[in-house]
Amino acid sequence: MGFLRQVMVVAVKDLRAELRTKEALNGALAFALVILLLFAFAFDPTGDTTREISGGLLWIVFAFAGTLILNRSFARELPNDCLDALIAAPISGAALFLGKAIANYVLLLAVELVSLPVFGIFYSVRWTQQLPELLLVLLLGTWALTVLGTMTSALTVNIRLREVMLPMLTYPVLVPALMGAMQLTMTLIAGTPINAENVMWLKMLAGFDLIYTAVSLVLVETVLVG
Amino acid sequence: MNENSGWANKVLYLAGVVAMVILARDINVIARLPQEAQQGAIFKIIFFHVPVAITAMIAAAVALIASVLFLITRNFRYDALAVAVTEVGLAFLAANLVTGSIWGRIIWGQWWAWDARLTSALVCWILYAAYLMLRRAVEEPTQRATFAAVWSIFSFIDVPIVIFSIKWWRTQHPQPVFWGGGSFPPDWTAVFLWNMLALVLIATVMTVVRLRQEDAQRELDSLRRTAHAM
Amino acid sequence: MSAVAVEGVWKFYGDYPALRDVRLEAEAGACLALIGRNGAGKTTLLRLLAGFSRPGRGEVRICGTIPRDPATRRRIGFIGHGISVYDELSAMENLTLFGRLYGLANPRKTAGEWLERTGLERVAGGLVREFSRGMRQRLAVARAFLHSPSVLLLDEPFTALDDRAIAVLQGLLGEALAEGRTIVMSTHQLREALELATHVALLNRGSVAFSGDRTPEMVADPGFLYARYGEG
Repeated sequence: MGFLRQVMVVAVKDLRAELRTKEALNGALAFALVILLLFAFAFDPTGDTTREISGGLLWIVFAFAGTLILNRSFARELPNDCLDALIAAPISGAALFLGKAIANYVLLLAVELVSLPVFGIFYSVRWTQQLPELLLVLLLGTWALTVLGTMTSALTVNIRLREVMLPMLTYPVLVPALMGAMQLTMTLIAGTPINAENVMWLKMLAGFDLIYTAVSLVLVETVLVG
Repeated sequence: MNENSGWANKVLYLAGVVAMVILARDINVIARLPQEAQQGAIFKIIFFHVPVAITAMIAAAVALIASVLFLITRNFRYDALAVAVTEVGLAFLAANLVTGSIWGRIIWGQWWAWDARLTSALVCWILYAAYLMLRRAVEEPTQRATFAAVWSIFSFIDVPIVIFSIKWWRTQHPQPVFWGGGSFPPDWTAVFLWNMLALVLIATVMTVVRLRQEDAQRELDSLRRTAHAM
Repeated sequence: MSAVAVEGVWKFYGDYPALRDVRLEAEAGACLALIGRNGAGKTTLLRLLAGFSRPGRGEVRICGTIPRDPATRRRIGFIGHGISVYDELSAMENLTLFGRLYGLANPRKTAGEWLERTGLERVAGGLVREFSRGMRQRLAVARAFLHSPSVLLLDEPFTALDDRAIAVLQGLLGEALAEGRTIVMSTHQLREALELATHVALLNRGSVAFSGDRTPEMVADPGFLYARYGEG
């Protein structure tokens, strides 16, 4: 069976399982909305400064709420020892990883696309000004979070303090990608299109995604099988 | 254990002593150097602030090589080297952060400003501290070494990306450069390089000491398991 | 070429040897029962055979190649301590999933057949979460046999099974042996296992204390092997 088909089988399985219980999805959504709410208490939600920094706040919401989904990614294989069966199956570690990453990606994007309008309402921010570019940033930035988070999910699935270790490992490495996503989101929300000044961030984000996807695909088999 | 006695020990002690001697001489020389025009005496902290950063970078590179070699050969000595050199590098990077902070306090009156270089150093410090946390969280030695090696590779790849992005972030939102400024007279270069040598020697000695401790720990662990099995 | 070959295998956890110089072989159509106290290394050995980890020294060969080889993985059926099926999916969905992962030509049809053979056809659409223990175990067996593996690796498969599940499993294992498949199973349930076994190996603290054909004496008095070759 071809690599891509294996990837799809895994991705569909994860999505089907998650959509049946919706535990991680609901948790992440609730978490996102609560953080958006809390930020409104921390910063004056109607102030101009807040509007300026709100793009950055948005990515903090995504990154934090995202860990709930990412953590579940490999953790859902633990009950009943399902991870054993997946590793024993004749699919490559890379296919298993990519399938799970794609499922996570879909779930994360769902949470983000629900959070965006809420964010716009709470902070009186018109985020539709540069919509195609904003969506591009969303896609690239979320993939960075996904690929690193799925990898750390595989790394931490069987170790102590899993829920603590996943964010502890993911966020520091993610710093450049988060920074790029935040900068781009802030300028796009302010109405500035992608220009010569900030296209650098976009390139960096794309490069980050490529590099870490490649490294993860190569190393994930070592992590899963040792 | 026998391989560690004899001449290896002597070389180690000698290296340590040499490093101390060089440092002592350097500090003497540095103290006598004329004060820098704009920043005064505190500018001389550069003799430590920059070399420790460079040493930390060398440590990160050695950790990467050791990690890759472990994954290829599965020889635990490479894993021991990776953890030893990372810990030493982390200590040196901390020294960079502290000296940078002190410098800023004296010159600008703040303990911290989000200066590009210091911020990069901070992120890298957290990056490798997470590596050590990962090691603590994995109990089984082979799994620990494997996961740590993978994560060391992930971390090292991030270092240039971090440095670049933070620099770009700071050029977009310029702030006064926290330290730097001031001019570095070329005839100071010799002392700088001697200091660099001394600090690299100290780092090497610390790494070897840590390596031995790691070897002893592994032997202890394996004896403990054998004892449990009986 | 043996179906299962273990040649001078050592497995280390850190520096501690969990398996020491293990040599075992099983030809096609053989059923090897691995017995031994808890902690003797049975699970470690089975997991090495299944390809979950690699030996520190020595080699493991399934049908001539390493277990991790994708073609070989297709030929291995593994039942570990867990049932390895998803609670949130139905029995049919679970089997179809594994059928797809193993590249079966018609996953749904094969899944349906195996649900019948394990007596689960009436709950095909039910979520595994709602199954009784016996039903879950039978589904686990179906999953392991689904892709017609030539080598079956079973870690204490009879432990805590209900009678119906034991009967189903024994029947399937007997059929498999008749078809020329190879079985390696670790067990504490000496009676059920020794009835099926053609060969027996006793592991003691990571090494093979005894290995040989199964004799009628063993079936009659399973404990004597422990007395003779085991320690305390």
